[in-house]
Amino acid sequence: MIVLRQVSAYYRSEKVLDDLSLAIACGERVAVVGPNGAGKTSLLRVLTGLLPAHGTIHLQGRELNALSPRERASLISVVPQEIISDIPYVAQDFVLLGRTALLPRLGRPSPEDLSAVQEAMRLTETWDLRKRLLPEMSGGERQRLALAMALASQPKILLLDEPTSHLDLRHRAEMMRLLLKLSTEQRITLLMVVHDLTLASQYFERILLLSGGRTVADGTVAEVMTSALLETAFNCPVRVDTLPGISAVCALARL
Amino acid sequence: MKGTLKTDMLASKHLLFALILVPLVLLLCLWVGASGFGLPDLTTLTGQALLELRLCRLFTGFVVGAALSLSGCALQAVLRNALAEPSVLGLSGGGSLGAAIVIAAGLQAVSPFLVPSGAFLGASATLLLVCFLAKRVGNYAPTTLILIGVVVSSMLSSLLMLLLSFVKLRVIHSITWWLLGNLQVTSWTLLGVVALFVLCAGVVLFCEARTLNALLLGHEGAHHLGVNTRWEIPLILFAATLATAAAVAVSGIIGFVGLIVPHAVRRLVGASHRILLPCAALFGGTFLVVCDTLARSVIESHEIPVGVVTSLLGGPFFLFLLIQNGKRRV
Repeated sequence: MIVLRQVSAYYRSEKVLDDLSLAIACGERVAVVGPNGAGKTSLLRVLTGLLPAHGTIHLQGRELNALSPRERASLISVVPQEIISDIPYVAQDFVLLGRTALLPRLGRPSPEDLSAVQEAMRLTETWDLRKRLLPEMSGGERQRLALAMALASQPKILLLDEPTSHLDLRHRAEMMRLLLKLSTEQRITLLMVVHDLTLASQYFERILLLSGGRTVADGTVAEVMTSALLETAFNCPVRVDTLPGISAVCALARL
Repeated sequence: MKGTLKTDMLASKHLLFALILVPLVLLLCLWVGASGFGLPDLTTLTGQALLELRLCRLFTGFVVGAALSLSGCALQAVLRNALAEPSVLGLSGGGSLGAAIVIAAGLQAVSPFLVPSGAFLGASATLLLVCFLAKRVGNYAPTTLILIGVVVSSMLSSLLMLLLSFVKLRVIHSITWWLLGNLQVTSWTLLGVVALFVLCAGVVLFCEARTLNALLLGHEGAHHLGVNTRWEIPLILFAATLATAAAVAVSGIIGFVGLIVPHAVRRLVGASHRILLPCAALFGGTFLVVCDTLARSVIESHEIPVGVVTSLLGGPFFLFLLIQNGKRRV
């Protein structure tokens, strides 16, 4: 569970989050959408303690500032937009990095650590890749491994920053199917920054629309994906076609 | 889970190999002297003194090589830069200036400990300056650290040149000889202190091995994995400085060891620092002892500075690694 109360954050002197309040329940799937500079990535950075913020933030009932880095990392995992691909690790060792916060400093990984790695690789269908070197993998395989690494610590909350942006249509659909499965089977809270509004409407039950660091709208797909709200946030004409289970959104160029 | 991780298998295999190979090579190097192959006559006092000198030199080479390799491994991970080595943050430059000041002030004759102490203080002060500036500018971001290190290093070189322009020719010779790097240490006490420092640095770095692994994902990635980057990065930098400063203090500047040994060992044992660090220390120490053996025995009655040998052997080897890497990518 994530609770933010009147959270503001600054990047140098610029205000990137402005008095943001938010509550996300366990197992909920939330897409964070908005124009560039809306504060989407800043929200993720605030939740991981990378960007200091004013206001209060609670993760699973505990205040973020009271958590040690290791405690925080065992609660919350992050899948970045791009992962560093030149690490000469085999896939299995790479996924084990995800358990850094739980591993003993000096001893070897315990059987529980190894079975958590195996489970994460099974869920992300990367177990067959376990002996392959990371630099030799395709972008899609690396992205699935990044997800496996994030799941290896068995987190309660998963933050994702545009993890599908470098994936083709098939891999994108597979990644989203996997995230849906995680959310329903493992009750993991998902907060994902998404630029593709159609994708957000297809796979997420709740949409958080940000602009200028403030909440423009927060609700179901039907409530948020409207031309009027999107035009306000993106400052351009928007067309929304509502189809069964999906809202196809496109920006209309001003000619 | 069936089987073990690749790193664990490599650990046992390569560490075992290193533990067998290293004493054999060291023993072989002990047999080589300026007068040829073989131990000196131990029935005479001269022979015993010669053996002690060889032992002292061998021990110095091993400790210095291990220290520079450990430092190189740590800096390459923290700075996420394949070219990082102990000189990149100005540590070697700071150590050189510290030692040069002591030599120029004529304090060398007062105690054999003063030159190493000056080098150690110089390297430590440089790290403090670099860390202070990096914290102010970019919170220990790798690019910030490297940029500040390069600038500080360049300023220290200029100060060293300024100092050389003021001193007498005899002093310039002393400083230059020290800067060329050599392993002629005759005090076991000094060596003991240096070895203790290197051991402390090695223990700290080994305890931080998982942090170093996490830092392969960058500082932000390591933060996400639960690394306290605010404290652990300065701690690693401090340990790397301790090792470098201790090495520079007894041997002067010996280039290339801290750069090539981590790369070569990484290719053999992988990038996990739990195995990389001990293997790099063992191989780095042995590499420097071998280089020093060549330096004192290749040309009869003439000793080549060991730094020249490490560069002449290490340079081509490093280029070979680069070409192999390029071929693999193609």
